[in-house]
Amino acid sequence: MAKFEKANSVGEWLDQRLNTTTFNKVMMTEYWIPKDINFLWAMGVLLATTFGILIISGIFLMMYYKPDIGLAFDSVNYTIMQEVAFGWLFRHMHGVAASVIFLIIYIHMFTGIYYGSYKQGREMIWISGMLLFMTFSAAGFSGYMLPWGQMSYWAAMVITNLFGGVPVIGDALVVWIRGDFNVADATLTRFFMLHVFLLPVTIMGIIGLHFYTLRIPHVNNQSSEEFDFDEEAEKYLAGNKKESKVIPFWPVFISKDLAVLGIFLIFYFYLVFFHYNFAMDPVNFDPADNMVTPAHIYPEWYFLWSYEVLRGFFFDIAGFKAFDIGLIAFAFANGIFLVLPWLDRDPAILPAHQRPLFFIWFWVLLADLIVLTVYGKLPPTGTNAWVGFFAAVAFIVIFLVLPIVTKIDAKRRGSL
Amino acid sequence: MRELKVLAVVVALTLITYWGVEPFAHSQMHPHVAEADFKFTDVDGLKGTKGDATAGEALVTANCTACHSIKTKGFPEVMDNASSAGAYGVTPPDLGSAGKLYNADYLAAFIKNPAKASDVSHKFTDGRAHPMPGYSWMQAQEIADMVAYLQSIAPKEMTNKEVFVDACQRCHAIKYADMQKGTMAAFTPDENIKDYMGKIPPDLSQYIKSRGHGYLETFINNPQKHLEGTAMPRVGLTEDSQAQVVTYLEEVGDSSKEQREELGPKFLIYMVIFAIFAFLWKNSKWREVH
Repeated sequence: MAKFEKANSVGEWLDQRLNTTTFNKVMMTEYWIPKDINFLWAMGVLLATTFGILIISGIFLMMYYKPDIGLAFDSVNYTIMQEVAFGWLFRHMHGVAASVIFLIIYIHMFTGIYYGSYKQGREMIWISGMLLFMTFSAAGFSGYMLPWGQMSYWAAMVITNLFGGVPVIGDALVVWIRGDFNVADATLTRFFMLHVFLLPVTIMGIIGLHFYTLRIPHVNNQSSEEFDFDEEAEKYLAGNKKESKVIPFWPVFISKDLAVLGIFLIFYFYLVFFHYNFAMDPVNFDPADNMVTPAHIYPEWYFLWSYEVLRGFFFDIAGFKAFDIGLIAFAFANGIFLVLPWLDRDPAILPAHQRPLFFIWFWVLLADLIVLTVYGKLPPTGTNAWVGFFAAVAFIVIFLVLPIVTKIDAKRRGSL
Repeated sequence: MRELKVLAVVVALTLITYWGVEPFAHSQMHPHVAEADFKFTDVDGLKGTKGDATAGEALVTANCTACHSIKTKGFPEVMDNASSAGAYGVTPPDLGSAGKLYNADYLAAFIKNPAKASDVSHKFTDGRAHPMPGYSWMQAQEIADMVAYLQSIAPKEMTNKEVFVDACQRCHAIKYADMQKGTMAAFTPDENIKDYMGKIPPDLSQYIKSRGHGYLETFINNPQKHLEGTAMPRVGLTEDSQAQVVTYLEEVGDSSKEQREELGPKFLIYMVIFAIFAFLWKNSKWREVH
């Protein structure tokens, strides 16, 4: 065993045993971030904070929530919303944070895409991030079921039904997921387990992985400039803070994050208190009723684009059933972002505005996603159905042309 | 400058998406309906006939109290709720507050032809008849006298809850108003009301949340506007009475509203102060590196 001297302070005592000084340097004061960044680089800290809000508010909600189809609705809408001191505040914070976290995730994702922060060594950052997107989606979906309102029930019905499209085992799979032939009490209880235990634990694990993936390739910067982090770090430590291209995570980077966080929290709490219907759909304040189908069934806004890709194929094509085509397109939409680093055939890391065709590709993709999102909520009739169809086809085409687009950019520049 | 440009793009795209999935989508899913009409101009009403309450008293006593109670005037309920629901399909209302709750023209039209005035004629086909017989055989003056009498005996002030109880609770429960004792169940037993209306009318505990003010205001005034063919009658509430019903739904369904609106600005002020300090700290730190 190592020999321990008498410590003169609590800090020293801990340092002897846990090496806190070194840990602090590695994680905080000498964890280097590029200086050439804008506020979009604060989204990670915003996400971590919002996730923290979800965990804390979720713990308070869990103390009163009852995962039973006979009790769930009233435990949320009566007990928590009206009886428990500030229960309404925790529910509003939880519901709004669950919605807003997806806005930040999308901003974070598209920042990565715009600045090319997913390739040439940064693939694992991208993949772990996409895994977080998927686990957060599962958490959002399972959580939406818990109040056991009309939209909880019917969204669960529609989404679990989709698994019936899996070849051979489809029907059995649906029953296995639901724990019953129908969406029922067993379904609610298991989604409760997923929402409060398995998914949060998995998310925390992947967040750890996501942070770790940044270690070796480092964070990208606004001009995608490559430089030697060790060299720049030495400059900084030698006192040449102004020349150095890096800043330490603590306190310089975090000071900017907190400033952005301040603005974000004003926006967030405004929504929590005064503008929350977008996150807590009025339809879900009708108790679940398996005899009454709501006039319009739609998922939460952050699922609408992929839901519309699914729904866009509303007619059979060449002997293939509309449902099957939609399902394949849906699987494509949910998986394709994962392989983005390999669809981009341009070896250079550059921001989109320095990649002429990719720049167009980027904005077309965003525009298509917004169209899909908006039409994903509208009733799929008449023109709406056709807009949805063409936007869904466009989504697939957009990804199919990405290798070509990026190759042309690279060739014109001379990188290939 | 560049950061502001980036921010402008992010904000613009967020707002476009928000507009698309909220205001625009809802306007497409819930088409706009005409404003509530509290004058009930379309009904076969009093047409300006002035009634005499004294004459009305005799008419009401002779024609109404066989089925309706008027407890304030010494006419008790003829049967308990379950028995009267069994007899009529739905428990008949006490008439003590009718003159205050309902628009006078509507009341006159209702007495003459209940199914027509309440817009539910479609429910009473194939030999089914409205449980209340129409009194269109009476003279216009007699109808006006009865309305005048009902108005004269109605209380001047009623609480929001009293209005709800008299206007809605014969069919609708609102269980969140009394979760412990369960006194806010519908007066008509489930099996009778299901038979009478086609289904059990919804519990209204969360209607202020699920439907919101705008919808409730036009819906209660004329349910057919939003739900064509619905079994719910147009009940003819005056503007004031309806406002009291909606307020009651809010008191029960959104009891934390006052606290929410009181606490919100404080949170925001706190966050503004936090943001100011965060920016000052950021500026002090970044001054060293720029």
